[in-house]
Amino acid sequence: MKKKAVSMLLAAAVTVGMFAGCGQTDGGKTADTASTDNAADSQEKDAADANAEDAADAGAENAAGGEEGKIINVYCWNTEFSERVQAIYPEVKETSADGTVTTLNDGTEIHWIINPNQDGVYQQKLDEALLNQATASADDKVDIFLSETDYVTKYTDADADVAMPLTDLGIDPETDLADQYDFTRVTASDKNGVQRGSTWQCCPGLLVYRRDIAKDVFGTDDPAEVGEKVKDWNVLKETAQELKDKGYYTFASYADTFRLYGNSISQPWVSPGETTLKIDQKIMDWITDSKEWLDAEYFNKTVKGQWNDDWNKAMGSESKVFAFLFPAWGIDFTLSPNWDGDMGAWAVTNPPQEYNWGGSYIHACTGTDNVEHVKDIILAMTASKDNLLSISQKYSDFTNTKTGMPEAAADDATFASEFLGGQNPFKYFEPVANNIQIAPLSAYDQGCVELIQSSFSDYFQGKVDFDKAKANFETAIRERYPDITEIQWPE
Amino acid sequence: MKSKQKGVRYAKWGYLFILPFFISFFIFSFIPLVDTIRYSFYEYYRSGIKEIGPTFIGMANYVSLLKSDLLKYAANTLILWIIGFIPQIVIALMLAQWFVDVRTKIRAQQFFKVVIYLPNLIMASAFAMLFFTLFSTNGPINSILMSIGLVSTPIDFMGSVAGTRSLVGFMNFLMWFGNTTIMLMAAIMGISPDIFEASELDGCTGMQRFFYITLPMIRPILAYTLITSIIGGLQMFDVPQILTNGQGTPDRTSFTLIMFLNSHLKSRNYGMAGSLSVYLFIVSGILCFFVYRMTNDTDPDGSKAAAKRQKKLNKKN
Repeated sequence: MKKKAVSMLLAAAVTVGMFAGCGQTDGGKTADTASTDNAADSQEKDAADANAEDAADAGAENAAGGEEGKIINVYCWNTEFSERVQAIYPEVKETSADGTVTTLNDGTEIHWIINPNQDGVYQQKLDEALLNQATASADDKVDIFLSETDYVTKYTDADADVAMPLTDLGIDPETDLADQYDFTRVTASDKNGVQRGSTWQCCPGLLVYRRDIAKDVFGTDDPAEVGEKVKDWNVLKETAQELKDKGYYTFASYADTFRLYGNSISQPWVSPGETTLKIDQKIMDWITDSKEWLDAEYFNKTVKGQWNDDWNKAMGSESKVFAFLFPAWGIDFTLSPNWDGDMGAWAVTNPPQEYNWGGSYIHACTGTDNVEHVKDIILAMTASKDNLLSISQKYSDFTNTKTGMPEAAADDATFASEFLGGQNPFKYFEPVANNIQIAPLSAYDQGCVELIQSSFSDYFQGKVDFDKAKANFETAIRERYPDITEIQWPE
Repeated sequence: MKSKQKGVRYAKWGYLFILPFFISFFIFSFIPLVDTIRYSFYEYYRSGIKEIGPTFIGMANYVSLLKSDLLKYAANTLILWIIGFIPQIVIALMLAQWFVDVRTKIRAQQFFKVVIYLPNLIMASAFAMLFFTLFSTNGPINSILMSIGLVSTPIDFMGSVAGTRSLVGFMNFLMWFGNTTIMLMAAIMGISPDIFEASELDGCTGMQRFFYITLPMIRPILAYTLITSIIGGLQMFDVPQILTNGQGTPDRTSFTLIMFLNSHLKSRNYGMAGSLSVYLFIVSGILCFFVYRMTNDTDPDGSKAAAKRQKKLNKKN
């Protein structure tokens, strides 16, 4: 009998051991399925609503009790934000060597949860976390998340209510954020005009060119003179031919010019409340122009789109590419790390068309248990003119302060960029920022932008004809967004 | 305590020990499986962060899948698989024969066995990433080709249908030929040496020995390799996904079935993805049935059938 008991015990131990092992990794997954099952059962009750209610309760409790959680979870897609927080936020004490945990002076830890933006990975992870927000334990709740202009409307949506209105945090946008550029505030607001996010950057785009190529082709690298050569599309086309004659490419790829067209569309890709995707005439113009430019070899044929190895190499000293179209973050975060030559080889000038590209919005996540900290971080990072100016100085980032940026443009001594050979880029950014008309946004933008570029890539390279590319785009869109019922092309 | 037990029954211990497997199978495989099938009849996806459904829509998902390019993607998958499988089985057969043949006396056999198996140990996605970089238009392969003067302009490997498909096939071949070789070696070693000896006495050449003895004797294992490879090929995903950035470029000609499934999962379209999975499940199920029939063959080497035939002949005579 004893023997029996012992072996029973052993068997039980084996079983328990197995599951204990699984617990860490797979336990989470079962919890997920369980919660989706519940959602399925209670069809009447919208999951998002449930989230919002619970979260609102939690928020109220926190505000009343003043209890702050010990961990602030921040969802973002690269280290841009964490670097700036570490450099600027006065409460930061130290950051762990791997950069994943930042400790504040009062002992609160900021956990950086980074997932890449490409292919919608970041949004998938974030959405998953947001759906579990109501049931997550206090330390696992998302407290702050970032969103890009391409999909900011998805998260500021009033019905979804995942990003807290700033007023609920105790921030009054009218007074506290009065110095921000107006279009950034509109972008971060829901359809009722309630602002649900705030950004430290404003992303007017410029044309960044190689000084040595400019000297070789035009005999000068002076930004004002080069600016004349690229002032609009027609002039730029003549310049492109000039560059080609000398063996240079004007831009690296057809995707480089996309933002100039795509961010000046007159109607959103999908109008609110509709399920019809309308392709703007501007997008069609981009397609025709890109094909023409690629066939004329003004672009480097071997570079297919952006954010790939070939594109990065096109920014190196071996490349024959004359210019890139970048906002401030692009110069600091993309161009500069890929450049392998001497400092001061690049310069900025006016783009052929004013445009805006990107912008990272900081949102307080509904249900956060760190309301005070979140408020403090948002204010410190996006509303303090001094902090913003020091970001501008450190990273040459064009920051979100209407009064600060003209000062920066005038102050060559402080704001000159070493990377640009002592040029003060703010002189060129500032006028563009004042003229930015933000294109009408929709929650579908990221997928549309990604898929139109990849679908027409085959067309530009002559692999498929125009109609086939259109059909491929439609197929891809319907896969990505099953709720799109109709796709309309302009006449 | 001492009842009228006839002998000790160990069966329950057996059941107890396999219980953990069945419990974990039930939780982690069976329930998701049933859920997948259930959701395939529902409209259930996410739009933005709002969940749509689940609403019961019957067979609508299945019908709309058939109307989509499902068959085209199935054909792509099959082509990619064939490109990889043919060299894989040929090379594996050759190597297995050489390794096993006592006459070739290959030294350091163990070392080679490890080396040919190694590519299988690399993660497929890492492997694809490596090839992506190697064969990119500005990559090292093009640089080498250009510097030795074989080509004047870089070859756009991943821009052409043939290029992309053969790269995918080549990678699958590299990853799996070691595995197949080892399996075939085991099969060849299982053939009784008497037969080989007898054939040699009869003056059989190496070629004859291979085609008339080895090949027929390992037929069941060959068929097993073929079918498991088809099932594996049906699920081809990571290599083409990474190599073509999830787009199956150019013109979706290297878009496989599982990539199609994955693109539905981007919008968390559990309904559509579920019904696609069910299609795949049915196809794999049929293939598994053949494997089952083969491995449970009561007459694996055909000797009984031969005896029967002989008997019939004898009777007729």
